Amino acid sequence: MSSSAAQALEPPLLEVIGVAKHFGATRALDGVDLEVRPGHVHAIIGENGAGKSTLLNILSGAVRPDRGSIRLKGLPYHLSDPLEALRRGIAYIHQEISLCPHLSVAENILLGAEPRRGLWVDHQKMNEVAAEILEPFHHANIVPDRSVSDLRLPERQIVEICRALARRPSLILMDEPTSSLQRADVEKLFSSIRHLRDSGIGIIYISHFLEEIREVADEFAVLRDGKKVLNGRLQDVSDAALIAAMVGRPLQDFFPPRARVSSNETVLRVESLSSGTALRNASFNLRKGEVLGISGLIGSGQTELLRAVFGLNPANGGTVEVFGKRLAPGGGPKTRITAGIGWLSEDRSGEGLALALSVADNISLTNFRAVSRGGWIDLEKQKKQAKQCTDAVRVKASSMTVPVQSLSGGNQQRVALARLLHQGCRIFLLDEPTRGVDVGSKKHIYELIASLVRSGNSVLIVSSYLPELFGVCDRLAVMSRGYLSPTRPIEEWTPEMVLQAAIGTDSQGTSSCTTLGSHREHSN
Amino acid sequence: MSTLTSPALVSAAATSSWRRWLRLLGPFFGLLLVIGIFTVISDNPGRFLSPGNLRIVLAQTVIIALGAIGMTIIIVSGGIDLAPGSVIALAGVVCALALRANWPPFLALLAGMAVGAAVGLINGLAITLLRVVPFIATLGMLGIARGLAKWISNEQTVDIPDTWINRLAIAFPTPKWLLVAPGVWIAAVVAVFAALVLRRTVFGRHVFALGSNEVAARACGIHTGRLKLWIYSIGGLLFGLAGVMQMSRLRQGDPTVAIGVELDIIAAVVIGGGSLSGGEGSILGSMIGALIMAFLRNGCQLMGWPNYIQEITIGGIIVLAVAADRLRMSGNKE
Repeated sequence: MSSSAAQALEPPLLEVIGVAKHFGATRALDGVDLEVRPGHVHAIIGENGAGKSTLLNILSGAVRPDRGSIRLKGLPYHLSDPLEALRRGIAYIHQEISLCPHLSVAENILLGAEPRRGLWVDHQKMNEVAAEILEPFHHANIVPDRSVSDLRLPERQIVEICRALARRPSLILMDEPTSSLQRADVEKLFSSIRHLRDSGIGIIYISHFLEEIREVADEFAVLRDGKKVLNGRLQDVSDAALIAAMVGRPLQDFFPPRARVSSNETVLRVESLSSGTALRNASFNLRKGEVLGISGLIGSGQTELLRAVFGLNPANGGTVEVFGKRLAPGGGPKTRITAGIGWLSEDRSGEGLALALSVADNISLTNFRAVSRGGWIDLEKQKKQAKQCTDAVRVKASSMTVPVQSLSGGNQQRVALARLLHQGCRIFLLDEPTRGVDVGSKKHIYELIASLVRSGNSVLIVSSYLPELFGVCDRLAVMSRGYLSPTRPIEEWTPEMVLQAAIGTDSQGTSSCTTLGSHREHSN
Repeated sequence: MSTLTSPALVSAAATSSWRRWLRLLGPFFGLLLVIGIFTVISDNPGRFLSPGNLRIVLAQTVIIALGAIGMTIIIVSGGIDLAPGSVIALAGVVCALALRANWPPFLALLAGMAVGAAVGLINGLAITLLRVVPFIATLGMLGIARGLAKWISNEQTVDIPDTWINRLAIAFPTPKWLLVAPGVWIAAVVAVFAALVLRRTVFGRHVFALGSNEVAARACGIHTGRLKLWIYSIGGLLFGLAGVMQMSRLRQGDPTVAIGVELDIIAAVVIGGGSLSGGEGSILGSMIGALIMAFLRNGCQLMGWPNYIQEITIGGIIVLAVAADRLRMSGNKE
């Protein structure tokens, strides 16, 4: 960085001056300034709803600002559609994967920029170019002529990133690109980000993981409630200061004190439950008033375990007993809900919430009986109950009738949790309850879990984020390739033991896993 | 499943190519099944399978086949067109009027196709500019095109002079070496060309991308609006050509012909593996779907079954064919 003085004189790649945006009564952005220089990675940090996504949407042309101006390479930049952004050299890598599943990897990467020979697509050249772009990621499964529908989620994310790179952009916007990646893939992504940075591209990087941001970014800006509250160089600032700027107050006890209610009453007994090839012979007991955690590498069968218990995936063996009553093997979610089980999906937008429906409708979705009489919904009652439940988890929504999709990610997750409260269940199956959720919301979710078990409920929580399991669980079990380890009190586990159990004892093919295993440590 | 080289992945790749084959061969089996059943239950299997009857079936397939080529492109793109039946009537009437006005036959044929393309373009404009969903836009066009056909023909059939156009649909063509109706050859050439375009051209891949994920396609810089205009115009062009074939078969332009044919065309595409949610479908599959429909109809006629039995049979088979397809897909998902 001997040329840092020269770089400082270099004109900024992107200048954002006083940009503001309202959505109804919500002030999403309130006069934000930002400067991104070529060859730098600029991190934008903030809680969900702080305005990060709105800012990216404005930069990518999907949303028009109310006021303020943007200059790209010194020229004014007025965008009305994403095509214009692409043409001006801005690539946006979305948090949600947006690929064409029916097309091949190469076709997706070069979509809209296909090499052609006259009218025809030059398939050979296309595969070559795609392979070249994929090369730095060294991913054995991502073969150019493979159909994207055959790829797993993290692999699709890499294809999505490669698609953005294929445009040779001068500015790349990345919205939590690592949220579905494992550590090994994260490292590959980071090395290619550094490579891009060194070739003079500017990058705006949004992530919830402070450690990641430190690893990859040079500069940062913290947004809170639509305003920029802190910015500078990352090397000059401590994590504590960043977190304090994000939440507006110093964050002390991140995890609420464990309120162990000693009880030996088993509320959920699962015996040798199997489902397809993803889950084999899982057995565990969930006691009254406890939090039981399930850890494991992504895709080891944790999600399938919860789905099989909830009756969403067919079980081909084993029994589920709730409050001493054995559930019929073929029964679907209906029988589980009746028995007092609530389930939170890991896929909030795909199956957790009906995004186009109102907050109130989403809350009462599993329990319309409480708000209706003879099939007719009492709208006032529905709104009142929804308000009670959303207040309990501190949902920020202008009213109960707004569609859920107008809320930020963290607030959507709270709505999904509020539904479980309305359902009145006693056993909570939570699949990645804090995925894609900001620090402040995480804390609220941990507090909610603590208060649930204090009042005699039981929580089964699946998480790929180890510190949170150590923070909230009373007991823990680890899944590895479809097998569930015995459950042990949390004091008897160490992070190293969990990783060992997650990787499994078989030594073959673990070379990639050992790096995968280094779960992202939270910076707190 | 987090390891990168697990055998599950290898088998997943194998499954996927196996699935592709099954998807491609499924309609073939369906076709063989239909032919087999009629051969078995027929009192006179020789007649059903005779070269003469096969020529008749092929000649009868031409209209549905041409329509299904256009419809495949539209359905792969995630759209739908309900107007082909009316467009076939309109194009036939226009072509007939042109012939009666002593236009050279080839120009009259082009006029019929051009009218179809114009109707398709209007559909496309309604979908892209007025943002009307394809189902509704083309439902409106179903009425408009039919009305236009009746208007310009004064609600009467239009007789045409004797030209080579009248011989396009003859099952037993005059130069014997043609073997099948000239229209069959035209449809075959169009089908091969369309299959190449869908598989191998940038346009074709963009059609698949549009049907697979429109948001992604637009984000990648594809002009989805312009693409849709092309798709519906090309579809209309082929429906217009089908209309000329229809006129050739009747030897007159009839504004009331081909009512409900759009449903046969859509059925042919769907039986052939097209997905109404877009992104899936092939010309080859649709052609086999069209043949299945034609053999069904022909078989029912040879059996001497009343018309209503034909309708019930064909309706049932469409639903069963698609149900079998879904079953196969979900079976593979596990």
